[in-house]
Amino acid sequence: MENGDRLRIQLESAPRLYQASNRSFQFWKILALPLLLFIAIPLVALFAHVSITDLLKNLNQRQVIEAISLSLVTSFTATFITLIFGTPVAYLLAQRHSRTHRLVDTLIDLPLVLPPSVAGVALLMAFGRNGMIGGWLSAVGIEIPFTMTAVIMAQVFIASPFYVKAASIGFASIDPELKQAASLDGAGNWRIFREIDLPLSRMALLSGSVMTWARALGEFGATIIFAGNFPGRTQTMPLAIYMGFEIDMEVALTLSVILIGLSFLTLIIVKGILHRRIEADLEFRST
Amino acid sequence: MLKVLQRILIVMPLITSVSCDIPSQLEPVQTQIIFVLAAASLTEPFSELGKLFESQHPNTKVELSFAGSQQLAQQLGQGAPGDVFASASQKYLDAAVQANRVAKDKAQIFAKNRLVVIYPKDNPAGLEDLQGLAKPGLKLILAAKEVPVGEYSLDFLDKASDDPAFSPMFKATVLKNVVSFEENVKAVYTKIALGEADAGIVWISDITPDGAGQVGSLDIPEALNLIAAYPIAAISDSKHPDLARAFIDLVMSPAGQQVLQKYHFISAFP
Repeated sequence: MENGDRLRIQLESAPRLYQASNRSFQFWKILALPLLLFIAIPLVALFAHVSITDLLKNLNQRQVIEAISLSLVTSFTATFITLIFGTPVAYLLAQRHSRTHRLVDTLIDLPLVLPPSVAGVALLMAFGRNGMIGGWLSAVGIEIPFTMTAVIMAQVFIASPFYVKAASIGFASIDPELKQAASLDGAGNWRIFREIDLPLSRMALLSGSVMTWARALGEFGATIIFAGNFPGRTQTMPLAIYMGFEIDMEVALTLSVILIGLSFLTLIIVKGILHRRIEADLEFRST
Repeated sequence: MLKVLQRILIVMPLITSVSCDIPSQLEPVQTQIIFVLAAASLTEPFSELGKLFESQHPNTKVELSFAGSQQLAQQLGQGAPGDVFASASQKYLDAAVQANRVAKDKAQIFAKNRLVVIYPKDNPAGLEDLQGLAKPGLKLILAAKEVPVGEYSLDFLDKASDDPAFSPMFKATVLKNVVSFEENVKAVYTKIALGEADAGIVWISDITPDGAGQVGSLDIPEALNLIAAYPIAAISDSKHPDLARAFIDLVMSPAGQQVLQKYHFISAFP
């Protein structure tokens, strides 16, 4: 398969094009050190502050358990919703010749660069009780702010672009000739999507959804503004960390350690296993 | 020769005076900055007092940092720099004393405040009296119990539950109506002003002259209310102890008290 071949060559040959000499590698290592240390030291300091026994003890606190389970439920729901509504957007984005491409692309990028607090205020203006759509909803008795729905909406708003971006790259890397051939053989749009697009980009879709999930798990700014803070209902882990920081440092530290652990695990999964699988896939496809 | 000497003698002082002038002209240009950490409820009066202070002390800049008192105390405890700390409750000033950032017994009460129930101007829940807070389905926003105003709100509910004019279940029923425990009092106010919930409990000083049109309010009678005393103190490791002292003096002065009263604070000197 030509497309796979091309990609594989890119992947393999890129680092070989220019092999830095050993000495210059040492030079860059030293220059890279300050930023690496700057990121690593606070994380290490956080872990150094919590003992395993304290961690386990705090894990038993009601507030901690509530925050963890709420975070898991909402972030998984947000990811699921993103999969359903984000896939068509990603598919659209993958058609680069489309006239709306740049507009859609920019719109999807916006939540990535906006401060989450802005997203929170914007959500309130749209879906708050007196909001553009919220006013209308509240007339029929549906009020979104301060509910779990609000938490999920904030997460989808902030985190869905990660999936959409990754998925659109996955879709775009599929050889169009393959789909043309299938189409000539009489396959419909839906069938082409299901039997060519989905399986061939599954690793991109998977790693995108893992990233979206991790970002949703860490969402804070939009949540506290749009969904408020109520233990067990809208107080996710990041909110509990923030509130805990002021009064119960132990809770804050425990939840922080858990969140770092989860984020680390997520990144390892995405970078390690998935990327290796993608390379293996390409290898397989090219033979 | 004598003439030359004469000229030199005349010019000399001029030169030296010019050379002396240079540093003395530069020195005042160096602005001194004092950091004032103040409870979120002090946002409006302290912003005004900051400007007043700057106008009285040329080349001085007042940097104000507003947050929940509990958060400021925590920041001070972690070593955040600052010159003056104004807290909404003695408890968090004590925390700063505990953390060795404020000298013991140095704090002064500079203002008092009381609680008030607010609702959006259009009063969506038809709230008419304090008992109405227990109405089923009413959406109430309180400050988190870690925030002074949140703690006092719970005190008010406790006192009301003991009062014959209220049901003994008042507190429990009202707490069922809470939809959010906000992290600072300004967030409670803003969300009510936006109409996102039906009622909230804030300081009377939070109803700013600008915002008076956005919310309605219900008074909490003195017997159930809590008069909160606001302490202020200089941070002991302040880099500008004189300026810190001067700022506190301004807050305590009649002019300072007038600014506080403009924002509905009760003067510390009745």
